[in-house]
Amino acid sequence: MKGDEVTRESTPVKRGGRNAIVHSLDRARDWWEHAKVWQRYLVYIALVVGALILPAPAIGQFMTPGSDWTTVLIYPIGTYILLAVGLNVVVGQAGLLDLGFVAFFAIGGYSVAYYGVEHGWNYWVTVVWGIALAAVSGVILGAPTLRLRGDYLAIVTLGFGEIIRITANNTDEIGGARGIPGIPHPDLFGFKFKLDPAPYYYLMVAAIVLVIIFSVRLQKSRVGRAWAAIREDEDAAELMGVPTFKFKLLAFAIGAMIGGLAGGLYAGKAVFIEPNTFPFILSATILAAVVLGGSGNLPGVMLGAFLIGWLPERFRDLADYRILAFGAVLVLMMALRPEGLLPSRRRKAELHEGTGGMGTMGAEVPGPDTDVSTAEAAK
Amino acid sequence: MLLEVKDIHVHYGKIAAIKGLSLQVNEGEIVSLIGANGAGKTTTLKTISGLRPLSSGSVVFNGQDISKMPGHKRVQLGIGQSPEGRGVFPGMTVQENLLMGAYMRKDDLTKDLEEVYGLFPRLAERKNQVGGTMSGGEQQMIAIGRALMTKPKVLLLDEPSMGLAPMLIAQIFEIIKEINKRGTTVLLVEQNAQQALKLSDRAYVLETGRVVKSAPGVDLLDDPQVRAAYLGGH
Repeated sequence: MKGDEVTRESTPVKRGGRNAIVHSLDRARDWWEHAKVWQRYLVYIALVVGALILPAPAIGQFMTPGSDWTTVLIYPIGTYILLAVGLNVVVGQAGLLDLGFVAFFAIGGYSVAYYGVEHGWNYWVTVVWGIALAAVSGVILGAPTLRLRGDYLAIVTLGFGEIIRITANNTDEIGGARGIPGIPHPDLFGFKFKLDPAPYYYLMVAAIVLVIIFSVRLQKSRVGRAWAAIREDEDAAELMGVPTFKFKLLAFAIGAMIGGLAGGLYAGKAVFIEPNTFPFILSATILAAVVLGGSGNLPGVMLGAFLIGWLPERFRDLADYRILAFGAVLVLMMALRPEGLLPSRRRKAELHEGTGGMGTMGAEVPGPDTDVSTAEAAK
Repeated sequence: MLLEVKDIHVHYGKIAAIKGLSLQVNEGEIVSLIGANGAGKTTTLKTISGLRPLSSGSVVFNGQDISKMPGHKRVQLGIGQSPEGRGVFPGMTVQENLLMGAYMRKDDLTKDLEEVYGLFPRLAERKNQVGGTMSGGEQQMIAIGRALMTKPKVLLLDEPSMGLAPMLIAQIFEIIKEINKRGTTVLLVEQNAQQALKLSDRAYVLETGRVVKSAPGVDLLDDPQVRAAYLGGH
């Protein structure tokens, strides 16, 4: 955007003292929106340095007293962040509800495992191949289904996630229910990755940084503008001459690629994968991370993924109650902050709108989507 | 003839919304579709702009059959639409909304932007405000302005007066007249039949997915049946 001249007025919300943390998050975002380029770069550098020293044992003692911090940083935290950035392209940018995102994670993971173990391909080749396969399956899934909207799309994608898992379960060629053991570790310029988690962590950080840069560039490009228009009002976008179907397909493919990359990295570290590595609940978890953090806003999405990856690990001593506590925390956060922890201003305006383009001042007529969904219901 | 709709049928699932509707729009005209709720006015516009597929019949624009063409390509041929319920992008500023209208254009936009801001000085004042926070009337202006930015040969307007105060309605109709005078053909869907008929060269009366009457706008104003059904029966 054009910086300070843009006044993105959002509805003023009264906040009490209990929302002090949330309020300071808002302030941080506002500062960021007006920050100068050098200030931003300082923050970027600080973040990367922070990410590099994050595995320090001193930090780990506090973050996860019960388990190895670096390992937790790779999975779930780092993997969740990577997946959330990928799903954010689909959900946050293009506004498509995808409940089967884990399928692409699985495809990336399986292609590293299968082609590495059975065909002896180089690790990096299998990762790239996995990304390509994920993109192709994104297109295959999207082509027939992206004409559906909202709930219908969610159901079909949910089914797709399950189909991939069940197919893996029933295909002996890729190990069936027993999965694939003995996945070779990567090596890079003669350096062999082994059991020490640290190199995998740095690899993960590099992948996340690359994916963030890619995602931000996309968001600021023509493609990002088209996605924003589709998300805000798909019919209106088509009426502006935006080939909405193609752009939705593109969002699916790009999201899938990032999911595939995450799967490839995961498999390279995990040594062993099986169909149940990729359950539906993982799709739901990543979606929760995106929504909790602030769909559409990268820092928010990453914060959400971090919290969702980290909190259950932090409270491991609570045994089975931790999931209950985790759920309660999620419900509480969404009640206090329905637009997510760190929403973009723009996203806020869209949510406050909530009537499909009619505006709060508009007449009592439903949004343009309404008759389409009833029509699809009648089919 | 600029636009010809020939015997179209449109279905929502199994329910037929349009049952054999035909209409013509000549270059330079203002043509209105009037009728009650559910008569098929909005569906007709959506079929012309490509948002709804048709079951049979055809839509011909400038001599070219566009029945199977996707909506975004029809925009490039010169069919611009301000959709039902305005469809303003709520998170984009006024200017960004207008520029979306020019998404596929590669030529210079300065003149057209100026022209839209000239028609709607209110939008010029609020260039950097986000669409979602604008009033209903302002959003209507954005929707029309944005459609103009696609450089349409024919402008389809779906209920431009909906939800607006009477004074604003008069203003919007004035602007429609002005847009037409500058050379854009207008196809208008309105519940506000009185105003629409006054403005129109010709009009079609729709009932349950069919055209039941077509005549010059002023003639329909005096038509006893139309008066009884759509003009409050005086």
